Amino acid sequence: MNPLLVNPGEEFARIEQDGRRAIEAATTLEELEAVRVQYLGRKGRLTLLLRQLGQLSEAVRPAAGREGNRVKDLLSRLLEERARALEAEHAGAAVAAAVEDRTLPGRARWRGGLHPCTQVTDEICEIFRTLGFVRGRSPEAETVWYNFTALNTSLDHPAADAQATFYLQADAVLRTHTTPMQIHVMQSSPPPIRVVVPGVVYRRDPWDASHAPAFEQVDGLAVDEGISFVDLKAAIAYFVRELFGRETKTRFRPSFFPFTEPSAEVEVSCTVCGGGGCSTCKGTGWMEIMGCGMVHPAVFEAVGYDAERYTGYAFGMGITRIALVRYGIPDIRLLYEGDMRFLEQFA
Amino acid sequence: MNVSYRWLKDLAPTLSGTPHDLAARITQLAVPVDEVVDLAWGLEDVVVARVTRVRPHPNADRLVLCEVQTGDGVAQVVTGAPNVVEGAFYPFVAVGGALPGGVAIQRVNLRGVWSDGMLCSERELGLGRDATGIMRLSGGFEVGAPLVKALGLDDHRLVVDVTANRPDLLGHWGVARELAPGGVRGLRLAPFPGHVSARYDRVTEGAQAMAGGVAVRIEDRDGCPRYAALVLRGVRVGPSPEWLASRLRAVGARPINNVVDATNYVLFELNQPLHAFDLAKLRGPAIVVRRARPGERIRTLDGVDRELNPEVLVIADAERPVAVAGVIGGAETEVSEATTDVLIECAYFEPKRIRRGSRSLGVETDASYRFQRGIDPEGLPAALQRVADLILSVAGGVVQVPAADAYPNRWTPRVVRLRPERVSLVLGVEIGRDEIAAELEPLGMDVRGSGGPLEVTVPPWRPDMAREVDLIEEVARRWGYDRFPDELRPFRLGRTQDDRVVRAVSVIRRAMVQAGFLEARSVPFVAAGVGEIPLANPLAEDEAYLRRWLLPGLVDRVEHNFARLVRDVRLVEVGTVFVESGGPLPREEVHVAAVWTGRREPSHWMGEKEWDVWDLKGRLEAIAPHVVGPSAFVRPLQPGSEAERALPFQAGSFAVVTQDGGWMGGGGQVRPDAIDAPRWAGPVWGFEMRLAEFGAPARRYAPLPSFPAVERDLALLVPLDCPAAAVGDAIRGSAPETLESLSLFDVYTGPNIRADSRSLAWRLRFRAGDRTLTDAEVDAAMKVIIRTLEEKLDVTVRGA
Ligand SMILES: [Zn+2]
Repeated sequence: MNPLLVNPGEEFARIEQDGRRAIEAATTLEELEAVRVQYLGRKGRLTLLLRQLGQLSEAVRPAAGREGNRVKDLLSRLLEERARALEAEHAGAAVAAAVEDRTLPGRARWRGGLHPCTQVTDEICEIFRTLGFVRGRSPEAETVWYNFTALNTSLDHPAADAQATFYLQADAVLRTHTTPMQIHVMQSSPPPIRVVVPGVVYRRDPWDASHAPAFEQVDGLAVDEGISFVDLKAAIAYFVRELFGRETKTRFRPSFFPFTEPSAEVEVSCTVCGGGGCSTCKGTGWMEIMGCGMVHPAVFEAVGYDAERYTGYAFGMGITRIALVRYGIPDIRLLYEGDMRFLEQFA
Repeated sequence: MNVSYRWLKDLAPTLSGTPHDLAARITQLAVPVDEVVDLAWGLEDVVVARVTRVRPHPNADRLVLCEVQTGDGVAQVVTGAPNVVEGAFYPFVAVGGALPGGVAIQRVNLRGVWSDGMLCSERELGLGRDATGIMRLSGGFEVGAPLVKALGLDDHRLVVDVTANRPDLLGHWGVARELAPGGVRGLRLAPFPGHVSARYDRVTEGAQAMAGGVAVRIEDRDGCPRYAALVLRGVRVGPSPEWLASRLRAVGARPINNVVDATNYVLFELNQPLHAFDLAKLRGPAIVVRRARPGERIRTLDGVDRELNPEVLVIADAERPVAVAGVIGGAETEVSEATTDVLIECAYFEPKRIRRGSRSLGVETDASYRFQRGIDPEGLPAALQRVADLILSVAGGVVQVPAADAYPNRWTPRVVRLRPERVSLVLGVEIGRDEIAAELEPLGMDVRGSGGPLEVTVPPWRPDMAREVDLIEEVARRWGYDRFPDELRPFRLGRTQDDRVVRAVSVIRRAMVQAGFLEARSVPFVAAGVGEIPLANPLAEDEAYLRRWLLPGLVDRVEHNFARLVRDVRLVEVGTVFVESGGPLPREEVHVAAVWTGRREPSHWMGEKEWDVWDLKGRLEAIAPHVVGPSAFVRPLQPGSEAERALPFQAGSFAVVTQDGGWMGGGGQVRPDAIDAPRWAGPVWGFEMRLAEFGAPARRYAPLPSFPAVERDLALLVPLDCPAAAVGDAIRGSAPETLESLSLFDVYTGPNIRADSRSLAWRLRFRAGDRTLTDAEVDAAMKVIIRTLEEKLDVTVRGA
């Protein structure tokens, strides 16, 4: 017995599926006509199957017949629709072919882009990720304790000048650096710690070409047993080569931050002049890019870490400043104007 | 801190290297040098000249004719300077020479008289700020000598940026100590030209002492642990000799008179602020160091009348304050040309007390800057001796013994334990005991101990050396930061993970960028009424609050672009907003907002389209799941709701809500009264949503369909007041599980449709996972759906 007649429903479904695909795939009226013949012609797949229905038993023949006719109607309708579509296309193609001018502009789409500071931030965080640093977040409004005291900075100390700090209330400030993240991270997790936290920081500087009352920084922290000044130098030197290029030189010089000791300022050979001296590096051939140091034991004491057992290093740098230098942007205010013509340059 | 190269070499004769060499060494070793200034720069053509005769100009009242001996003969020079004196010496540039910066001097005719050269002011020579007259040189000179030589200007100024932890570097002595090959042992105080040594006995006493008949009493021993004083009688106040004036000029200070200049000289040399009182004006005469009393006033040297308060430490005589201790002297006891007897103050004040005084009066001086950071309490006798010698050398006079040294609060040496193994652990390299001692001893530290920890006695000029780690830093920087290797060593990963919000923000930013948006940044300061959280000390009135929403800032950015004739704007911002929390700190929320206006695509010859409301809704529906969570949905905003006031949208805007109905933000067309838009601008669309923390949706594979689908179209006549969403909900609610998808493909009102209705055409696709659906099944399902629609919504099937 012909196997087709064991399950006619399945065979009709297969024909419907194949037919639909073939109709879709046809790109010319000629091809489409070939499809019609293949399915609905005198020797078409569907026509042949419908003819065989007579062999079925009385019980299943009516249902199978209805299904067969439905598929036939469907394919006929799809063939007609496709034919109309191809005719329309053909007409269009004819016009275009008549013009034959492929130098006419194509249809463009708007180009989007991340803010230059976001691009720099992402790049910095990705470099530190290869050194095992995850990316964290920290509040922008802080108590005086988090922003200063826990970081070994007394309010009487010249380093914590109230003139430069935005206060919300007597005990609440807008963070003046991203460094308070050290306290939050160490309070929420025991060592080992490896984290970078970028974010907005606030200083009471009026707007001018190189100052904004809010700008971006990133701070990093690594804490474990046995971390040393050599580990700090290695991490920073690696970072500098990745961010500024293999040939960039790094040097450390003594500096002072209340929350690190030993502290260092990191200078890199000027990326603008390559070390020969220019206006960006004030003729010195070197640019200051970040501060860093070994975590001060007083900071560990503030969060209840064992300052004898654990050591660590910390670093912080101005993302905004790096963006200005990297892209040669002469005025920091351009970053905050939302000017489309400016932002498009970084898209 | 300005450092004179020659001064350094005087103090440390074994010091070698050019000014730039020394600048590089200071930077590598201790603190950065910002700049090296060649003080002789541009002065090659300037010589000392003598004006021998001054006559009025025949044609001009304000000009005079000077006969000038230049060394090359006699020149006639016309000048407008008011202070020319016959017989005095002045800097002179002859015709053909140049001023610093290259301005060439030519023979000029001034109102009918020829002028052959130029007599110069301080400012013209870059030696000071005084431009009011030409620069009169005090002392005797050889006419025609180069000015650089005559004034000792062959010097360089090193501008040193001293960090807050290194007060010891605020004087030349301290800088020399840091640099000299033998450290503290390599230094000496050079004698002055015409050096006279002051001889007096000094007895250190408690809170009271006598200085040449003046009773000195310390009432506030915490604020003033030590107060030394010396009385000098018969001094002749006048201009300083040129060598002293030029030393001060070399460090950027302005010469005033020989007595004041002497105190300033010692300040810059030994980092010991000093003050000279006119003894005749001190009542008593007495010196009392005490807190100011409420209501007391003083007129300070800068001519300002100041009200004092008990936070402020003062120096008083028997009756009234005569100086703000450690900050600024009083005008009434100031040394003047008439002064003959002076009392020199040489004190150690408590840093915190001086900081409070300086802050509460709003005055910062060279003295207060140093006292706040902490000077050397043991260095007072040497400084007093030095200034006494200097005054006797340049102003004459005699010491009236005894010298006072009231020292009620003695400094005790601090001993800090230093474990060599800790040095190696923190620094990561092995540094031996002997090496450690060799690095520390030149700094004046006394290092002892054989085996076990080292006992390091810290010198009095290093208040920053309080604990072991401070000494470790000294070892590291003296050993040389450059010598540490920078090889990467193995490390352990941390215990914390990436922050979830950071990840979500990154996804959102990228989605918006894909959609053609440019990311903007703004600072979060807004005017009152726009924000909830006020700043206690804002920079400006219209930036006195923290933003509550991002959108108003973005609308401003659109205006900025409109003002530059940019019509197509698409900006997105992700940032923190600040919400009143009831506590001391505001609650911080991360918001995502966007604005856009103009064309949907860049202009094209086939035609272009403007953004419309369905772009807005589609964008909201696309982005909300990333911001608010997978269950977020977008619905028309109920008029009159609270949310309507939060964002500046016109009627017909949308709300973004969570599954349980929580409002998370919205989108719409910015109200025309909320933006200054030119007439050519299109509608401005925007949204803002609060970022919610939610877990990433778990994705699971669903088997691809293996049975065919059945589609049915359903054209419905729907009353105008019945929303499409209600029809869709009713269809879904009454359909069997086999309804795979439902889409609205046509909305139509027109002549064929009743005026109170519209036509909504839906396509329904049914499919079963385990069998081929039959027509009968689908027909039955359609019947149920249609009946439900007719009964519940008064909807009828078109053409039925
Ligand atoms: Zn450069």
